[in-house]
Amino acid sequence: MDRQECLSTPAASEEGMEATAFTTEELVINMGPQHPSTHGVLRLVLTLDGELVVECVPHIGYLHSSLEKICERRTYVQIVPFTDRFDYLAALANNFCYVRAVEKLMGVEVPRRCEYLRVLLAELQRIVSHLVWLGTFGLDLGAITLFLWCFREREVLLDLFEATTGQRLLYNYMRIGGLRNDLPPGFIEKAREFLGYFPDRLAEYDQLFTNNRIFRARVDGVGFLPRKRAIEYAITGPMARGSGIDVDLRKTDPYSVYPELEFEVPVFEAEDCLARYMVRMEEIRQSRKLALQCLDALDKMAGEPYQAKVPKTIKPPAGEVYERTESPRGELGCYLLSDGSDTPARFHWRAPSFANLQALPIMARGGLVADIVAVLGSIDIVLGDVDR
Amino acid sequence: MTEPSLTGKLIAWLADLVHRVTGLPEPLVRMLGWVVGCLVIVVAVLLTVVYLIYVERKISAWIQSRIGPNRVGPYGLLQTVADAVKLLLKEDIMPAASDKGLFVAAPILVFATAVVTLVVIPWDRDASGGEISIGLLFISSVASLTVIGIMMAGWASNNKWSLLGGLRSAAQMVSYEVPQALALVCVITWTGTLSLREIGLGQTGWFFHWNLFRYWLWIPALIYFTASIAEVNRTPFDLPEAESELVSGFNTEYSGMKFACFFVGEFASMFVVSLVFSVLFLGAWHTGIPALDRVIPGPIVTYVKAWVVVLVMMWIRWTLPRLRVDQLMGFAWKLLIPLSLAAILIVGVVVQLGLTY
Repeated sequence: MDRQECLSTPAASEEGMEATAFTTEELVINMGPQHPSTHGVLRLVLTLDGELVVECVPHIGYLHSSLEKICERRTYVQIVPFTDRFDYLAALANNFCYVRAVEKLMGVEVPRRCEYLRVLLAELQRIVSHLVWLGTFGLDLGAITLFLWCFREREVLLDLFEATTGQRLLYNYMRIGGLRNDLPPGFIEKAREFLGYFPDRLAEYDQLFTNNRIFRARVDGVGFLPRKRAIEYAITGPMARGSGIDVDLRKTDPYSVYPELEFEVPVFEAEDCLARYMVRMEEIRQSRKLALQCLDALDKMAGEPYQAKVPKTIKPPAGEVYERTESPRGELGCYLLSDGSDTPARFHWRAPSFANLQALPIMARGGLVADIVAVLGSIDIVLGDVDR
Repeated sequence: MTEPSLTGKLIAWLADLVHRVTGLPEPLVRMLGWVVGCLVIVVAVLLTVVYLIYVERKISAWIQSRIGPNRVGPYGLLQTVADAVKLLLKEDIMPAASDKGLFVAAPILVFATAVVTLVVIPWDRDASGGEISIGLLFISSVASLTVIGIMMAGWASNNKWSLLGGLRSAAQMVSYEVPQALALVCVITWTGTLSLREIGLGQTGWFFHWNLFRYWLWIPALIYFTASIAEVNRTPFDLPEAESELVSGFNTEYSGMKFACFFVGEFASMFVVSLVFSVLFLGAWHTGIPALDRVIPGPIVTYVKAWVVVLVMMWIRWTLPRLRVDQLMGFAWKLLIPLSLAAILIVGVVVQLGLTY
């Protein structure tokens, strides 16, 4: 666009020669796909009036890699590593959802110890994922230090995951009917130690960031997502809970061993970025509580099997299944249609980031450019999950 | 004036030496002295900037529980030098649609304004680049030229992000100049002079004679410090180059040496405002203990004080998040300016009642 068009220029029309004759034009600007705070290759086409956002249109698909279709050409076992790559910040949560779907289709009963291990890892994964979210959220708001503090804590958990699965990001760990291997020796002690001092670190974050007045001013009352619109847009996870919707699949549609564990679902009514922030911070604490309970339970179950008996070739009976779990980002769904062969006839992934991203224009409109960054950070999208 | 200071004696001795060795006439030696003096100051400050960048990186690393640069040279001390060489050797990219003249002029202007201010900084009671009676006015007027450089950069880049950054910086710097100037008015009212040297002289003696510790002058000190951070575009006021919002703001399109000019200019002006702050409020070249003043040369004291102020700025930068543009303006117009007006009133009353000491 010509520079003259994007700047406000004095009107030169004949009748508009009064002192206030001054026209302004809106500025259309591309935010992304390469931009430091679009959390990946998201492109937002912004219409700005000065710094005010008039319109915000997200364009997605830059990371589309046809994973669902690829999965329809793979056997059920081969699909597990692909699920890692959807929401790459919470790979174990994806594994969890997928293997549960196949197990449901086949009617496999998983050993109790395996369930506890899975929940333990899923909750630790939630902490890891939320730490990345917290760090990048801080980064978006200009608090660079918080980012590295979060990564310091994340590092400890990643080391634990690495010891368990051999990988630090894409774990490929859960198997249909169980897990690839047992926990390594020393895992439980190290995890306990970390979870022991973790609350102190959370208190540090609160000191540095949560209680900071600038931070409060940046997120309090910014990016409203009314409860009604959240329901209409099928928003789930921390975003829904930040809009006052008490929905958490671990409670509302309990699966695995969650009914046996004690935890609370934080719900905040304020509908803004601060509420979503508070929800996630509280979730980190609740996940820690859940992980500690799992560790206690695992202590009593030492030596029990972690793998159910499943046939060598996985061929679920014809039929369909939809299994959903609560991922760090919201309702994660896996739809499988089996025709009795060793590959699914249809594989669909209900990605929470994709659904949650829809709400961005509602929240961004009428705010400032800086608010978009805060809002986007509070959605906690993973572009791998959005585009698949 | 009483006897010359240590620095004054040194300068006189050097001038005498040159005069005797070369046989040049006295006025010529004095002129040569100005040139050499200015060069020494500029080079010293540029070297300081090199290590400011290093220290900034180290401090941020310590705050963030990292190690920081430690590869190039012992303890990574040559890291910035290596970076500078890298920037010098980089291809000088100029966007095809840019306004070439302005694009080149902008970094030069930003860098130059930062350095020019150094001229009037008094390093000791008889040592400064150029003692003028309206030093304060000179500083605030030269410092306000930076905004033109940044706006030029934002406009000339022909990039919308740069433009937004340039406009933000215009709004921000113009707004923050007001409380800054009002804070200066307090000091002027108190000391009754615009000359930096005389402001420094007024703080002779024990540290409670420093302007910072006088009655209500800590309010303008705080205002001046805050506005200075905004003036040099550092967090929490780093909106013109807000990385997570405007990619890199006004310097998005800049690379190589031109970027280095902006970067060095930013650090140089940070050091300059710290120098000004220590001259205005922290007793200038005085150590705060009269006995020590006779032993420690003034320039060293001034230099160390400026470093302390810079370190506080760095500490703030790595602690706080960034303000939003409306909050930034609100902070200047709704809080800092009324506060500085009140401070002027208080200082005026105190001076009128003869309570100064």
